[in-house]
Amino acid sequence: MKYLYYPGCSLKSSGKLYEISLLAVLKRLGVEVEELENWNCCGATNYMSINESYAIEITARNLAIAERMVGIEMIVPCAACFMGFLKTQKYMESDPVTREKVNDLLNKAGLSYTGKVKIRHPLDVLVNHLGTDALAKTAEMPLKGIKVASYYGCQLIRPYATFDDQWNPHTMDDIARAMGATPVDWPLKSRCCSGSMTSTMTGIGLRMNYVILKEAKSRGADVIITACPLCQFNLECFQGKISRKLKEDVRIPVMYFTQLMGLAMGIPAKQLGLKQMLSPSLVLT
Amino acid sequence: MPINDEARVGFYICHCGHNIANMVDVTSVAEYAAKLPNVVLSRDYKYMCSDPGQEMILKDAEVFKLNRIVVASCSPLLHENTFRNATAKAGINQFYFQMVNIRENASWVHEDKELATVKAKDLVRAAISRVVFHKALEKKKVPVNPDVLIVGGGISGISAALNIANAGKKVYLVEKDPTIGGYMAKFDKTFPTLDCAACILTPKMSAVLKHPGITLMSYSEVAAVEGYVGNYQVKVTRKPRYIIEEKCVGCFACIDACIFKEAKFSDEFNEGLSKRKPVYIPFPQATPQVVLIDDKTCIHFKTGKCPQSCAKACDRNAFDFDQKPVTQELEVGTILLCTGFQPFDAARAPYYGYGRYPNVYTSLEVERLVNASGPTGGNVVLRDKTRPKSIGIIHCVGSRDEKTNKWCSRVCCMYSLKLAHLLKEHTDAEIYNFYIDMRTPGKGYEEFYDKLLNEGVHFIRGRVAEVSDWAINEHEKGKLVIRAEDTLIGMVRRIPVDMVVLAVGIEPGKDAQDIRRVFNISCSNEGFFLERHPKLAPVETFTDGIFIAGACQGPKDIPDSVAQAGAAAAQALALIDSGFVELEPNTAFINEELCCGCQVCINLCPYHAITFDETKSVSHINEAICKGCGTCVAACGSGAITQNLFEDQQILSEIYGLLVE
Amino acid sequence: MSTIENSNKDWSPRIIAFFCNWCTYTASDLAGVSRLRYAPTTRVIRVMCSGRIDPEFVIEAFTQGADGILIGGCHPGDCHYSEGNYKCLRRYHLLQRVIGQMGIDQRRLRLEWISASEGKRLQEVVNEMTETLRQLGPSPIKEVVQTVIK
Repeated sequence: MKYLYYPGCSLKSSGKLYEISLLAVLKRLGVEVEELENWNCCGATNYMSINESYAIEITARNLAIAERMVGIEMIVPCAACFMGFLKTQKYMESDPVTREKVNDLLNKAGLSYTGKVKIRHPLDVLVNHLGTDALAKTAEMPLKGIKVASYYGCQLIRPYATFDDQWNPHTMDDIARAMGATPVDWPLKSRCCSGSMTSTMTGIGLRMNYVILKEAKSRGADVIITACPLCQFNLECFQGKISRKLKEDVRIPVMYFTQLMGLAMGIPAKQLGLKQMLSPSLVLT
Repeated sequence: MPINDEARVGFYICHCGHNIANMVDVTSVAEYAAKLPNVVLSRDYKYMCSDPGQEMILKDAEVFKLNRIVVASCSPLLHENTFRNATAKAGINQFYFQMVNIRENASWVHEDKELATVKAKDLVRAAISRVVFHKALEKKKVPVNPDVLIVGGGISGISAALNIANAGKKVYLVEKDPTIGGYMAKFDKTFPTLDCAACILTPKMSAVLKHPGITLMSYSEVAAVEGYVGNYQVKVTRKPRYIIEEKCVGCFACIDACIFKEAKFSDEFNEGLSKRKPVYIPFPQATPQVVLIDDKTCIHFKTGKCPQSCAKACDRNAFDFDQKPVTQELEVGTILLCTGFQPFDAARAPYYGYGRYPNVYTSLEVERLVNASGPTGGNVVLRDKTRPKSIGIIHCVGSRDEKTNKWCSRVCCMYSLKLAHLLKEHTDAEIYNFYIDMRTPGKGYEEFYDKLLNEGVHFIRGRVAEVSDWAINEHEKGKLVIRAEDTLIGMVRRIPVDMVVLAVGIEPGKDAQDIRRVFNISCSNEGFFLERHPKLAPVETFTDGIFIAGACQGPKDIPDSVAQAGAAAAQALALIDSGFVELEPNTAFINEELCCGCQVCINLCPYHAITFDETKSVSHINEAICKGCGTCVAACGSGAITQNLFEDQQILSEIYGLLVE
Repeated sequence: MSTIENSNKDWSPRIIAFFCNWCTYTASDLAGVSRLRYAPTTRVIRVMCSGRIDPEFVIEAFTQGADGILIGGCHPGDCHYSEGNYKCLRRYHLLQRVIGQMGIDQRRLRLEWISASEGKRLQEVVNEMTETLRQLGPSPIKEVVQTVIK
């Protein structure tokens, strides 16, 4: 079993721990990955909001490169990249004008894209391809008694993804359960974490993170797991500030779901990047 | 192009007011047609279908000695018969007529007058070149079987059955469920008069049962239909109840005697809010009053190891565990489809939490909850048996929504108001209606809305975004929070409630597509049965002798369903009382001299109308069975088969006419 | 010269459309009633069933100068006469081969299942086919046939 792997900028920088833990877990599961050669940014944040067609065009370049690797599906772990890829595919598939324009540009660069690449999120691969039974077998140190709040953020499931229930996603819960933990049911699984608003409109950004942290805690969660670098960053880095500002303790470990899996699989904390976390996640180890 | 010198064609082009004349240069077409071969006369006129228009044909035919008529106007599906009749009145065989569709096929669909006019000229040329080769034919008259089949025993089917049977005709009423009554039987009160649904429905149900002219076939489905208007052969499959219907008197002793002491299977009639046993009757007034066994849950059918206490308790020996589906054949002349609708599945709107939060109910479940004969005896309590202190009713669930169904379901506003009233009456809770627009067109409907406004029910105008258990303060703890934009004050509101009622919409029945195929009718895009004309033929279908009524044609409330059932009954009665129908003479026949006896045609005929005459070594078509599709004609290698009205030469001359000047 | 070429517009193809009475013809009526605009390129010949369409009609229409031929029938399983549309499908496949051998571009013959409710589909199909034929240009077959005859 081998997949192409598109890390995107985040997993090489602020989301480095996502990459480290994801690769460690996949390795343990015998899933081989090959990083896409000569990839570029998916165009998520800046391009997408300033000029959508630029974003589509640069994502199409990644797809064109991936398409040369015939027969291989590509794992895209970052929620923003994942949505960007699906959006590009959707636009190119349904809008002949976009398709023609993008392909013209690709041709100039000696590339072409015909729509054959299959984009998959690691959650999709783990739950729908490997299956939770196979995952459960790898949980050498099941996380008994640990309550987990799965947090998908707003981009991963809606509007394009089809691998999970768009209104009440469950793949992360399935994984947590396979790892021996207990998922908590809560209604804010796919609410927005405010994205970059924590830096542009801090008050609103912090408020939105507060809502999520508080609800997870009040539902009795011991840890929030997520699949988005920006969500993880927001929820983890600002929880101290929020707690101080609102004089209410909303601190809770926030980690990538792959880190939680790694823990259950008995992968040393260091190899999962847990020692570099800001939130008190080591309590779990 | 072949010429027939004897043909004298009169050509007429219709303006249809501005409908045609605005996009097709009718004068230029008329002038063009005048110069075509065989055309003796060419005119344009404002409304050809009007009396003066038809009179004109009559007079012209005499003065100009016309023997062929061509009219360029609307679709032949609309007015072919009108002009055929006019042709006949003018003393010309009605099949010496050809119609040109320049409205639906040209003026209404094009934007370039010049090109539309060119197209009209091409079509006119084709029709004129075709009509020359028309043959004089007679319509075949066949008697109409006066018996009627009605499919579906909801309020529409019941009303139609009584109407027709009261006129002295024989009616077969086929219902797929064990009882007639349909959805109306589940309702508590009806809007806007608040009269009790059971009180007005059950007398009609028993009238159906008692009526000597009605044969009720419950728990039965139509498996196949053959034949044509006036003469349909229908196969009805009667599903096994495992009870001999004639013997059961509805004493229910068997139900008490069932080995299951407690009822433990979901009760369909109460929308799963209560339990029933494997041997059951859907509800006390079920018609017929006959129990049945659910073979999926009955121990006897599952294991074969049941003492059959139910059968032993029956002192009339009505039990028959060996019953199998039985197919019964009926002969009828007309068919009425009253197959109803299905409520929108609330789980398809996951943002409202149905199936996820136990206190989110569908409107149909609440109909049962407020019903005195319902699972709680009319006591409105939540699943934990507590009484709700606040209730939110969400309108338009699954309706008027790009993601689900785009149409308005027509009844939800009114039944939501009714439920608001009943819930208020039963619980004295605070009631919030979340609506997009209030739609109350109907006699006494707006007044009912006014009444509710004065009853202290809250109305919030805005689509609900979500229902969740996400509480942000003490006040919301343990409640369901409805989030919606209140568009009248321009703010997002959070309303915490104990109970949420989803006003689910109406959609086509899940078996609508199967039914459509069995009866050979069409569905409109959204899946409701397609009427022949949305305004002028709302209960007829494109298949003669098959009529539709009630919510199978589109969302409808009870009064409209009953009215439509009456209309469909009247149409059926008109057909029956005329005594006969005239059939299009578009059947095929074989020229024995040309037939080489290859028998290719025989296997192609879906109606087995073609047989092989061994003595003559030629095939023969039974024109009484032939339906006139023409498939055999197209396959005949020796050109021995001719289809009336669609002869090779006629179609070829149409092709030449279109392409060759 | 045909009437279309007489007009001073850009060249526009002429499509002979054989529509069955029950589904596609009704769909074209629906398109009309719904005022769905489409290219004025089709000339409809109504038959009771797509099963009536003799391959000869198609060949004849091509040799008489049709630029394209559109056959419209009921969806599989929905034929008013049970299975006439299946027979039509068989003939269509055969015809595709024959016209290919005749040197006619196979895109000039199209078979579509369009039900009575699919006025929108009819609009799309006609517009698409018109576009394809515009790109292909006038059918050369009429001239070829006439040359051969001479």
